[in-house]
Amino acid sequence: MATFFGEVISVYSRAVEEDDYDNTEEENEEDVQIRREIEEKREVHVRWCQVVSKALESSENLNRIHLIIAVGQNAAGFISAHVLSAADWAQVGWVALWNERSHGSKRPDTAPLPGEPGCVLYQQDSCPSVLICQCTGYVAEDQLFQWAERVLGSVQKRGLSVTVLSDCPLAEYKSPDYMTSSGAPFLRALKTSMHVGTLPCPLLELPNIITGLPAAVLSHCQVHRIPAVLFQCFTDVIHPDSVTMETYKPILSSLSASVKLEASPSTEILQRLTRINDSQSNIYT
Amino acid sequence: MFVSTEDTLPSFKGFTLIMPAVSVGNVGQLAADLLISTLSMPRAGHFHTDCLIPMAGSNPYVAAAEEAGQPSTNAEVYSRSDLKLAVLQIRTPVLQTKIKSFRKLLVSWIKSSAFSRTVLLSSSQAYQRDDQQLQGTALRYLLSPSLEEQVGEALRQLGWTQLERVSAFPGISDSEQRLYIPGGGITKGLYMDCCTEHLPMAVVLLFCSEGDNVPDAFALCNHLNDWLILVEKPAQGPAPWRIPPSWRLLFGSGIPPLLF
Repeated sequence: MATFFGEVISVYSRAVEEDDYDNTEEENEEDVQIRREIEEKREVHVRWCQVVSKALESSENLNRIHLIIAVGQNAAGFISAHVLSAADWAQVGWVALWNERSHGSKRPDTAPLPGEPGCVLYQQDSCPSVLICQCTGYVAEDQLFQWAERVLGSVQKRGLSVTVLSDCPLAEYKSPDYMTSSGAPFLRALKTSMHVGTLPCPLLELPNIITGLPAAVLSHCQVHRIPAVLFQCFTDVIHPDSVTMETYKPILSSLSASVKLEASPSTEILQRLTRINDSQSNIYT
Repeated sequence: MFVSTEDTLPSFKGFTLIMPAVSVGNVGQLAADLLISTLSMPRAGHFHTDCLIPMAGSNPYVAAAEEAGQPSTNAEVYSRSDLKLAVLQIRTPVLQTKIKSFRKLLVSWIKSSAFSRTVLLSSSQAYQRDDQQLQGTALRYLLSPSLEEQVGEALRQLGWTQLERVSAFPGISDSEQRLYIPGGGITKGLYMDCCTEHLPMAVVLLFCSEGDNVPDAFALCNHLNDWLILVEKPAQGPAPWRIPPSWRLLFGSGIPPLLF
């Protein structure tokens, strides 16, 4: 619409305002092809080392696998500092995926470099029944379902049990009482119906929910009747920190036979993991 | 994909399916929660699909976490065979790129389960009502041709208002009328799919805005109850809907006591 002075003003019109989802209706062949190519590009792939992939296929060698999935900076940091450094864990595979926020891990034939965000799988020679998946990369919403399906699908379902470690800001924890930071960090658990055994922390109270990769893994396990338990750590520190990492310790005590825990990791490792919040956050240094 | 909680697949033949459309104010989802909670419907299974954003939580209909048993996921089916009723609750939005496949999945599941009719609870942006829609109640309905034959007359007798078609070009020409449900999510698409597939579907929707939509959910449930009579309506006062424990703290945690 042009005004008296000649400038053009766009007028809001109900007639051209379509339903939110209507623009996906009219697709031509080219659109379909583009969509398909994007989907292919965003596909999630699990890469195992050859020796392990053979072992995983034949159920004889590994018939009771315990998969530990650590999601987020704190859980991944805990795995690095307290678990991987305590014994001879070897990298046996990785999850290759591409999205807007993680370009790096889409190199299907090379594993993520140390320090690079990504999902890496570890195993111990002396105790092959425990697998650790350390996930520091960003997995997009549309890839979560496939991630759970591909990673858990690549392991023998019979005898499989899953433990998920994850973290979340305290601000997202809902409780009728006012939350002071003195109680943080603390753990809450959520388990599938097939999971048996006692838990080292209370269950997640209503109306709190879990989202993201941990939710995708737990949903997959619930639907496919895989015993799984998820531990969510609520922390009041934005960056990864050693106190938050310590909260995960009691969880792995039930696995003490197969997973050796480093009680007090070297300061060097901890410093490397928590360095992120050193200088940038302070204008005086 | 429907995954049963039990080892055997439950039969939904002849059941009425009630499901929400993820739409403005989440009114349909809140109403579905009220139905499941009030009728104490047990869970029949999960609706496991890659079209929805993943989510997990404790059982939303049991207050104590220790008694919750199974965790809940982003889409679940609750049913009661004595009422011949199934409710599909959807708890997360549909992924933008998977809307079409989600609709296809729903249609094929509705078909294969042989539901006698499907009721889609939905909502639409209140601010987009046109002049004729502004008159009277905020509740509307739509029926697919195959259900129109069965219940069209009954709904008219109840005094229900059908959703008015709006002009495609208002103010210019009123000759072209179209169905327009802004903020209704998959409502229009799924309704159209059911019409072309000859599936009996009713859309019951409410014009509303984002905010505290709990009263809207009650309004939608009361309206639906006038037709389906799911709960006994007392002689005086409203139907006794039971709010699920998961509705606690809708507006966040407790406030710091030092504030006062």
